[in-house]
Amino acid sequence: MVFSLFNYWVVIVLMMAGFYTVIASGNLVKKIVGLNIFQTSVFIMYISVGKVIGGTAPIVAANTELYSNPLPHVLILTAIVVGVATTALGLSLIMRIRQAYGTVEESEILDISTREDEAG
Amino acid sequence: MIQDHLAALQVVLPLLAAPLCFLLARQRLLAWLLTTLVSWGCLAISLALWWQVRDGDVIHYAFGGWDAPWGIEYVVDRLNVLVLVIVSGIAAITFPAARCSVEKEVPEDRQGLLYTALLLCLAGLLGITITGDAFNLFVLLEISSLSSYTLISLGRDRRALTASFQYLVMGTIGATFILIGVGILYMLTGTLNMADLAVRLPALGESRAMQTAFGFLIIGVGLKLAMFPLHLWLPNAYAYAPSIVSAFMAATATKVAVYVMVRYLFTIFGPAFSFTEMHVQLLFIPVGLIAVVFTSIVALFQHDIKRMLAYSSVAQIGYMLVGIGLVNVSGLTAALLHVFNHALMKGALFLALGATCYRIGAPLIDNLRGLGKQMPWTMAAFVGGGLSLIGVPLTAGFISKWYLILAAVERGWWPVVVIVVISSLIAVIYIWRVVEAAYLQERPDDAATVTEAPLALLVPTWILVLANFWFGVNPGALTALAGDAASVLFGGYTW
Repeated sequence: MVFSLFNYWVVIVLMMAGFYTVIASGNLVKKIVGLNIFQTSVFIMYISVGKVIGGTAPIVAANTELYSNPLPHVLILTAIVVGVATTALGLSLIMRIRQAYGTVEESEILDISTREDEAG
Repeated sequence: MIQDHLAALQVVLPLLAAPLCFLLARQRLLAWLLTTLVSWGCLAISLALWWQVRDGDVIHYAFGGWDAPWGIEYVVDRLNVLVLVIVSGIAAITFPAARCSVEKEVPEDRQGLLYTALLLCLAGLLGITITGDAFNLFVLLEISSLSSYTLISLGRDRRALTASFQYLVMGTIGATFILIGVGILYMLTGTLNMADLAVRLPALGESRAMQTAFGFLIIGVGLKLAMFPLHLWLPNAYAYAPSIVSAFMAATATKVAVYVMVRYLFTIFGPAFSFTEMHVQLLFIPVGLIAVVFTSIVALFQHDIKRMLAYSSVAQIGYMLVGIGLVNVSGLTAALLHVFNHALMKGALFLALGATCYRIGAPLIDNLRGLGKQMPWTMAAFVGGGLSLIGVPLTAGFISKWYLILAAVERGWWPVVVIVVISSLIAVIYIWRVVEAAYLQERPDDAATVTEAPLALLVPTWILVLANFWFGVNPGALTALAGDAASVLFGGYTW
């Protein structure tokens, strides 16, 4: 049972680990890493979907009838690009936050903002 | 010849203009001119599309000649043409105003990049609306989201950075949820085309996987449309973004997400699955009503007027969710009308506020004291937009609230009617706070004397304000369009 659906169990474990990191971690860089793991789990899910049992790589060849489905792989290439762009943007925002606040810890940024709000 | 390709040009035009704008980034004036012209071109295209589908025709555009369901298809019907017109219309009105406001609020070397991001955001939003492919929708959603994060981070206040980061985290989680949902649907059916999904999904019968996909999609889209309590990213994002970005995004981004929700509920899953099997209305009605009351009350206590309007936006989303949750044609008509009207009123209010910021800096309520005499046109525009937000008769806001109340009465759900009326009264109070400060209080002696905002900001603001009144007095064409779209979506289904 566990081994027949091994990929999908990995997806669930990675997804929850990533999601937990995003929510629980106070460090902004760790949040982005968590977000990345969360997205990666979905990539694995798509890639696993494309596998057809007994099928070969989807390259037309003689004597083969059964091919794996290439479409999910193509889709996930796009999603990977989106993920890279998100990570890059997130990290560059963190750099700007660090320049502006001098820290990348969420709690400290929150303290500074609250003090500012109280000061007017 | 060209009229056959309008559907593609709607997205391709701003998408191709964006890199060009990036090359022109140093020439701030040229970058702005290009952005403005492209937004006008987009409006012309969407109006032409409206003309083509006005009688109920549906345009199918197969990208690259690959027919659906294999290729990516763009579809224009009466539902999404309404959203196309509002998105490109708001762009065509706010982008010309951008130069004036941006010169004041954004450092010179970043202005060109701001225009580039605006064009990308426009391309993404129009693409989400027009596409007929579930995966393509995800990609375009990310194009618009990534450019929104950039746009928000360009705000003057350093809190814009943290607001943008928070939005990035929540927005990415939402988009990934949508990706999971689409993935599961693909596993079940082997297709990504929306029309094809709509045919194949009901044939599956009762399926746990389909219910899971439904859950992921509702939460994912709910994050994007700031469904209470998933709205936490929105107030700060709109409050600290540059004024022109707040005006454009408040009027368009969440509206497009509402459209996506409607598309998934009605076209892809079908009303029978969404409402009879999944009972999504039992989620939307309470969540919508809590949003309407709770965030309106929170708006009362904001010192920053931009933040106040942002909270009010969450409340307005609540009305749309209630409209969908009433599960009748008039409720959905009300929700669609409110998508259109809310864009008009929030566009007008945020632009008026942008004009105020141009002169006084931070839009805190204390800074507005006595401004009614010094900036009469700007404050009058704010009052005009505010009247529409409250839902005073003869304004656009009244029309959609009226339909919403009619729909609730049709269901016999009187508490809903009462809550809608109460929350409108709360809106009276928070708009009154501004009116009171601007007109009834004296300008403090130490405050600098200011003059009226420049015409470049005033004219677009007043166009939107007058549009609010025009659609309040002549709602006929719009309600007919929304009503037709709603009855097509229900397709005879009753709950």
